[in-house]
Amino acid sequence: MSRDRVAVVGAGMTKFVRRAQETGKELAWEAASKALESCEMTLDDIDAVIIGSAPEAFDGVHMKSEYLSDGCGGWGKPVIRGYVGGGTGVFSPIQGWYHIASGLFDTVLVICEEKMSSCQPHPQGAFLTIFDNFTERPLQPNLLWIFALEMNAYMTRYGLDKRDIATVSVKNKRNAADHPAALLGDANITVDDVLNSEVLAWPVQRLDVSPVTDGAVALVMCAEHVARRVTNKPVWVEGVGWNLDTAYWSSRDLSYPVYVEEAARMAYKMAGITEPRKQIHIAEPYDPFDYKELHHLEGLMLFDKGEAPRAAADGVTQRDGDLPVCPSGGLLGVGNPIAAAGMMKVAELFWQLRGEAGARQVPGTPKRGLAQAWGDLMQVGTVIILGA
Amino acid sequence: MKEHVYDTTYLRTRDFEEGKVLFETWDPNAKYTWDAGIAIGKFFQELKAGRLIGTQCLNCQRIMVPPRMFCEHCFLPADAWVPVEDTGTVVTFSLCYVTWDMNRLEEPQIPAVVAIDGASPGMGILHLLGEVDPKAVTIGMSVKAVWKPAEERTGSITDIRYFKPLGGF
Ligand SMILES: [Zn+2]
Repeated sequence: MSRDRVAVVGAGMTKFVRRAQETGKELAWEAASKALESCEMTLDDIDAVIIGSAPEAFDGVHMKSEYLSDGCGGWGKPVIRGYVGGGTGVFSPIQGWYHIASGLFDTVLVICEEKMSSCQPHPQGAFLTIFDNFTERPLQPNLLWIFALEMNAYMTRYGLDKRDIATVSVKNKRNAADHPAALLGDANITVDDVLNSEVLAWPVQRLDVSPVTDGAVALVMCAEHVARRVTNKPVWVEGVGWNLDTAYWSSRDLSYPVYVEEAARMAYKMAGITEPRKQIHIAEPYDPFDYKELHHLEGLMLFDKGEAPRAAADGVTQRDGDLPVCPSGGLLGVGNPIAAAGMMKVAELFWQLRGEAGARQVPGTPKRGLAQAWGDLMQVGTVIILGA
Repeated sequence: MKEHVYDTTYLRTRDFEEGKVLFETWDPNAKYTWDAGIAIGKFFQELKAGRLIGTQCLNCQRIMVPPRMFCEHCFLPADAWVPVEDTGTVVTFSLCYVTWDMNRLEEPQIPAVVAIDGASPGMGILHLLGEVDPKAVTIGMSVKAVWKPAEERTGSITDIRYFKPLGGF
């Protein structure tokens, strides 16, 4: 099967803030206009629009992509919204890729927007609908439960030290201190700060968790013949993969995200990657909780099972380490406006691979990066590999 | 890349206190009634009778709890109803000190995944643990369902109040 080569040529985003004055539609426009401006394109140059955003329940607005569409530049154009939970932020650029790789469109604007602050008293109220409506919701579950249950299963299986896991939160919040859009950058945070923070749902503590956030991110993607005209620094989509595990999450092995492995295998195969530990130079795995970054690094086969926490504590995943992980600052540092958070990672790869990441730039002219997101009922993995 | 970040307007508490920002609110009035279906319908009937039941796929031999009408692996109809025990093993657990809207709990709730005896290995359900010192809970602990009295059962997962340690504490 021959496919058109697809490049990312522009990226823009809003600041990630706890509560924005802007509506979701306005946030979408802010990010979209920044992305178009970054590659000196206008909406007239765009063939199709892709929108990624969490369910209607978050916003209390029905048919949310139709609601958002004007702010996303969707007027009078083919528009589609994809949604795979927290995996959406990486799935949306995957949709952008196949819109173009199929030959159907030359240029696509991809916008991921989230305004979590509207849902009161806490957006968790909307999240709770992910639990099974017969066998789980009557128990009045709390969203933190599933993370705590998974973290405990992971820690117990491999005898992990919580101190090692906490180094992820420290690294990401410190990295985020150099991100101009970050909500929770903190250059001085320590492991003890994390370990001494309030216990929410043991083993999960306050500083293990990413914050509720408002924000939007946009990318411009196009076919090779357009990309060559628009920029001399196109960033190519080399591989994509996604995979969904069963919703019967309580009968899965929670210590290992096999669906992330399947998504990674799909992406590695497409990218011709046979030794990911050598061939991936930057990783932006999904880190809504510190242990998730490690869990995902193992699922991505970038570390052996149970080995990522020690490697993180040894500095391997620092910005200047052997495998820089979340040089952006991740969800833990930049913030977690669900779909936008995932695509912030793809935007980070774009900037890193073009050498435009400023104070966050990883040394050594990285050539290839991987971004991964995760979500639904702990069951979806989405992976994209970009190359300079 | 700083020039590619829009300077979004960050609302602070004082903006609300000083009445600087305006907003609109809405309280949804949406109620749902879900038909329990073939598999969970029977599961609920059995819960009301104080029993746990699963279904078995004779193609892969899995005994599944909660029961399904079909095996999601083989994508074939489940072949048989199989009674399972009301005992099991703690696969993982948490000590949760907050409510869903982040209010503090003095005594932790103890959610757990319990792998049910008599079902296939690792076939767990989400439930709560009770009658146990939170500090004494361990993965691998054997537990048993504590049922509501028959007259209080309604055919719901909450007909089991919680699971408690089999050995007793
Ligand atoms: Zn089967």
